[in-house]
Amino acid sequence: MATVYINDKAVDIGDKKLNLVQAAELAGVTIPHYCYHPALSVVASCRMCLVEVGEKKPDGTVVMQPRVIPACQTPAKDNTVIQTATAKSKSAQAQTLESILLNHPLDCPVCDKAGECKLQDYSYNYGNSESRMVDEKNTPPNKPDLGNNINLFTDRCIMCSRCVRFTREISGTAELHIVNRGSHAEIDVFPTEPLNNKLASNVVDLCPVGALASKDFLYTHRVWNLKTQDSVCAGCSTGCSIHLDTNKNVVYRLRPRENPNAQGYFMCDDGRLGYHYVNSSNRISKPHMKSESGADISSWKDILPALRAELNAVASKNPAGIAVMLSPFLTVEEGFLLATFVKSISPKSKLVLGPVPVIGEDDHYPKTRGSVAPKVKFTIRNEKCPNKKGIEQIIKHFEGDVILVSDYLSKNTPEALFIAAGYQGEEVSWFDNTLLGLFKKVKLLITQDLFPSALTDASKYVIPSAAFSEKEGTFVNYSGLAQELHWACVPLKQVRTDGQVYLDLLERKGLLQAANVRDEIAKSIPYFSRLAGGKLESDGVHLENIA
Amino acid sequence: MKAEEISWVKSPEFGVMDQIFLPAIFTGMVTTLTHMGNTLFSSKDVVTQQFPEQRPNLPANYRGVHRLNRDDEGRVKCVACYMCSTACPAHCIDIVAAPSPWPDREKYPEVFVIDELRCIYCGMCEQACPVDAIELTTLYDLTGHSREEMIFNKEKLLSVFDKTVAMGTDPVRTTHGRLGVASEPASRGVTGSSSMQT
Repeated sequence: MATVYINDKAVDIGDKKLNLVQAAELAGVTIPHYCYHPALSVVASCRMCLVEVGEKKPDGTVVMQPRVIPACQTPAKDNTVIQTATAKSKSAQAQTLESILLNHPLDCPVCDKAGECKLQDYSYNYGNSESRMVDEKNTPPNKPDLGNNINLFTDRCIMCSRCVRFTREISGTAELHIVNRGSHAEIDVFPTEPLNNKLASNVVDLCPVGALASKDFLYTHRVWNLKTQDSVCAGCSTGCSIHLDTNKNVVYRLRPRENPNAQGYFMCDDGRLGYHYVNSSNRISKPHMKSESGADISSWKDILPALRAELNAVASKNPAGIAVMLSPFLTVEEGFLLATFVKSISPKSKLVLGPVPVIGEDDHYPKTRGSVAPKVKFTIRNEKCPNKKGIEQIIKHFEGDVILVSDYLSKNTPEALFIAAGYQGEEVSWFDNTLLGLFKKVKLLITQDLFPSALTDASKYVIPSAAFSEKEGTFVNYSGLAQELHWACVPLKQVRTDGQVYLDLLERKGLLQAANVRDEIAKSIPYFSRLAGGKLESDGVHLENIA
Repeated sequence: MKAEEISWVKSPEFGVMDQIFLPAIFTGMVTTLTHMGNTLFSSKDVVTQQFPEQRPNLPANYRGVHRLNRDDEGRVKCVACYMCSTACPAHCIDIVAAPSPWPDREKYPEVFVIDELRCIYCGMCEQACPVDAIELTTLYDLTGHSREEMIFNKEKLLSVFDKTVAMGTDPVRTTHGRLGVASEPASRGVTGSSSMQT
């Protein structure tokens, strides 16, 4: 129980161990800061958070300290008084900014950070409009090869050392360091040791100015043209919360979204840079059906009734003749709707789980230096799919046990197989030749996928799938955390999202409303009962009790 | 604005002479007849111009066709900052940026396209430009045989620069009455993007 007074406003911070920046945030007051980051150690080197600090004595008098104090380094205790708007604090902020801007090139028009730059924001809010600098600015050369995906514009750096601390404390790889001293200090890597760890691109988000830039995003777009949507990374079962930055139906970048339930503050480069398949022009752009006459049938109006009729025909001949493969890239809603559809055609249809891509071992960070293994702060999981757990629970609900598609097909050959794939990635095929051989034994193949392949060539029905950026729904990560996906792009003209296709097959009217389906799932499957109501917090909901 | 800063101006009294309108009509007729007389009997002070044989001399701040300026070395001056396309109310400017092939600059426009039919010639792009690279010229008679022809790309906009420089009809480049810092020659040893100052 502790009370802190921020600009004469009393805030109860309870038993929390906060610094003054965090305490002020609780009161709705922003103390500007560059070097402080909640996930990193405190160095108080940027001096941007200097404020007047004092103490309220038991008799009610307030005694202020004679000098300004860095707020990020000062713990908030009972009766601490902070003044952020006094002449002393304001002049400290303005002077700090003036000194930071001494050597800053002010090349905002060509800087990628412009529009989301803390230096711009703070200069506007706390700084002076003119510089008194008369000397020539330092113009150290750029370092375009800092890492495979990282570019350093050395002259823009303000030496907050966030990136250096990140590589030491979070990735544990310690590639970055500061060379030289005073106004000639620069960020650099050791020779032959570029910044290439799998978390490297996080330094671009951490950089409060435009010094560190992602080569993937560099010069592709100005940030003020981007629209941001909350989403979930589909790269692995960690299920990092992300911001999806798009414009005109093109995904331009993925940024981590702070989520203490999921991954924390960061995301890995595999996920961050693995989105390019979404914008690919090779994606299946329309549904297709091979007709007996050889005519090209590619309209939803013809294909959906034909598909439904054909499945019904199979079911009337052999009630156990239909099998459905649910891939771990489907959302919970899609899995549920498709399962409901095939079970409505024939309750004896079989649901099986698609191949789960697993690459290597879980990758833990920070990397160990020395003999003591550090506390794990970030994990890239080897299970490279976002929703294995959710789909498993759907199959478990309808079937009782979960069988992999390869195990099922090696023992049985159904008459019809609906393959709901939607596997991400363009270059790597999600099935091997053995599995393809098993697929080809099935007489009626219905394939729903993102990219054309040998499997789609062999299928009678080919249905386009929507990428994660185009869908609404829920992913359940490795720990049972359900997170909501929002669509940020509209699929191509002739593409319907997977969920919409299943809804149309079910002959339910209207557009897919993920929240309604979620509520329906919560009512029928106990595992998902915490999704009742359909509304999800942006931090997600744990479906299992966590220890 | 404070109340004491406001001064109220009253409209002039409407007298008897004003109410009969005849003096105003006579004043107007004098102007009309003077112009008529000049046109018929004198070659000086003629108001009517014989367009297109006679071309008007437009003021340098006229807002006509755009041009993309070249720097001292003949390269496009634009740094692909998208300020003009951001400021453009008609959304007629399309830019694709790329890393510049020159060492003194970081970014340049690989593609720079203006849809001259969509443009409303407001001059906001000119105002937004931090390096005085885009300007509106005094060329006003813009014609073409197709819509595609009126979509000006980088080469065409640079050729407008060459044409207007040859004609000697440079537009006025002013920011608050002065040329922008960016359009001054790089004489202080500071190069490229680093020379932009507030």
